[in-house]
Amino acid sequence: MLGPAFRFLTGALLIVWLVLPIVPLAIWSFAHGWSFPDLLPQEWSLRAWNYALSGRSGVLASLGLTIGISLGVTLISVLIGVPAGRALGMHQFRGKQVVELMILAPTIVPGIAVALGIHSVFIWLGLTNTVAGVMLVHLVPTLPYMVLVMAGIFAGYDAGLEEQARSLGAGPSQTFWHVTLPAILPGIIVGGLFAFLVSWSQYILTLLVGGGRVVTLPLLLFNFATSGRNDLTGAIGMIYILPGILILLFTAKYLSGRNGAVAGIARL
Amino acid sequence: MTLVSIKSLSKTYQGTNNPSIDRLTLDFPSGELTAILGPSGCGKTTTMKIVAGILAPSSGDVSFDGRSVLNDKPENRGAVMVFHSTLLFPNMSVAENIGFGLRMRKVQRPEIDTRVATMLALVQLPDLGARRPSELSGGQQQRVSLARALIVRPKVLLLDEPLSNLDANLRLEMRDLIRSLQRDLGITTIFVTHDQEEAVVLADRVALMLDGTLRQYSRAEAFYNRPADEAVARFFGGRNFVPGKSQGGVFLSALGPLHLAEGARTGAGKLTFRPESVRIGASGENTMSARLIERVYLGTQTRLRLLVKGVILEAVLSPDQVEGVEVGSEVMITLPRQTLWVLE
Repeated sequence: MLGPAFRFLTGALLIVWLVLPIVPLAIWSFAHGWSFPDLLPQEWSLRAWNYALSGRSGVLASLGLTIGISLGVTLISVLIGVPAGRALGMHQFRGKQVVELMILAPTIVPGIAVALGIHSVFIWLGLTNTVAGVMLVHLVPTLPYMVLVMAGIFAGYDAGLEEQARSLGAGPSQTFWHVTLPAILPGIIVGGLFAFLVSWSQYILTLLVGGGRVVTLPLLLFNFATSGRNDLTGAIGMIYILPGILILLFTAKYLSGRNGAVAGIARL
Repeated sequence: MTLVSIKSLSKTYQGTNNPSIDRLTLDFPSGELTAILGPSGCGKTTTMKIVAGILAPSSGDVSFDGRSVLNDKPENRGAVMVFHSTLLFPNMSVAENIGFGLRMRKVQRPEIDTRVATMLALVQLPDLGARRPSELSGGQQQRVSLARALIVRPKVLLLDEPLSNLDANLRLEMRDLIRSLQRDLGITTIFVTHDQEEAVVLADRVALMLDGTLRQYSRAEAFYNRPADEAVARFFGGRNFVPGKSQGGVFLSALGPLHLAEGARTGAGKLTFRPESVRIGASGENTMSARLIERVYLGTQTRLRLLVKGVILEAVLSPDQVEGVEVGSEVMITLPRQTLWVLE
């Protein structure tokens, strides 16, 4: 359809667009002083990296906490999103459009407005300043993606396959593992990937509900960025974007436009 | 060999008022191939799903060899259903699809491989085991689907319109394959179809369902010459229904007195006979004069519309029998007494 030259050009532009902003970050993390108008730092150093990776900075602890929260949020999103997506994608029921709107609402309403309301409820429930509270509030932005991706997958899924499996002698759990799961796995991967990255990059929700006690990587990064430590910000920033890049490379084939799960996101 | 009985089976889907099937009682003889015939929406697939255990009935019972199976889960019933949309598992190869039921039963790998190879040969696809279902033609998919069901040696085989997605030639081929496999294996088989020809050719016995109820259950010939009622006769292509009265072996109607065969119903009723039963020419009895008002050439047959004493009759004859008979002219026709049947 499109000429190879055009494809090469858009590909190259895309890479430049995505990679270029990271370059100064990477340079900063190895700089020992870098002032205008020099193109490169006067002096190179591993100081920022040494500090970031030492116990004193709290970066590693924060990294562990952030990974734990994001994985937990992803897991819960999958556990809720798969059955919810199945109900929305495969069944017609009274009030379905209202439910769909409610699920979409968090992506339309500004996060800060949602967070302030939730905050007061969480105070009442004793969930503020806790990891559990932070994970719970992260579900607000992650669930819409997960549910809608799964609804897209299930809309194109034939439940007759499950009846066929049962009729051939498979029990309910065998049917799930051998028939249902392979069919919906691409959706779980794409939806889970979204959920992980959305949770990973939460700032305002974590700050409000975590009350400064639950210090995830974005919070830590913001602290260093505002305190003017560009070298440390660069190093932490590099650590911060690592999972996203790894996940993207690992699951690149699931993100092709031919995938049904991506069509689900298009409904957003 | 398993006798399948359904007793007073009803199913009303949630949110609907009309039952999809209504107090259906039927015995499917052991080792025979029985067709459930009916137009779409008559409840035949619902009946099959209930026998397979995929759907729960609203009331009534299903039993195999006299034992109720309603509480048996589908995977433990020994009844395997083959759906008309083949439903091959897309993430598995053809061989894995066929071996699926055995894997679920924890059969050893070498035995699965042997039995899959046997099945592939049986359905005449010996070299396609490694293919993906999407790489097969519709007919091949249908055969894989059948092999996948047969490999688990089911007590009861349920076929839901397995020929409906195939073109005419494949249909005949597949029909013969099903018939010969069923005869060889002796599995009690229930076959759902909306095609009366398919039912008649394939099945030992035919159950005709209309609007969720059983209308007639008999050997195929009876649907043509001894239909239970007018709707049954019409479903099988009956066109001639003449109201009148049957008494003393004679049917009195606008057509005049017609002699009936022994055993015909007496009293008020409707006389029916197949369009193919009408004979051209005079004979000793049941002969009358008719005016030809329309003739339609159908290729191997010719359809005639005849006017007899104010009644329009339909006849289907081979073209050479009516050569030279002009529209508008009078012909003598005969209705042989053994082809006449009186309906209520």
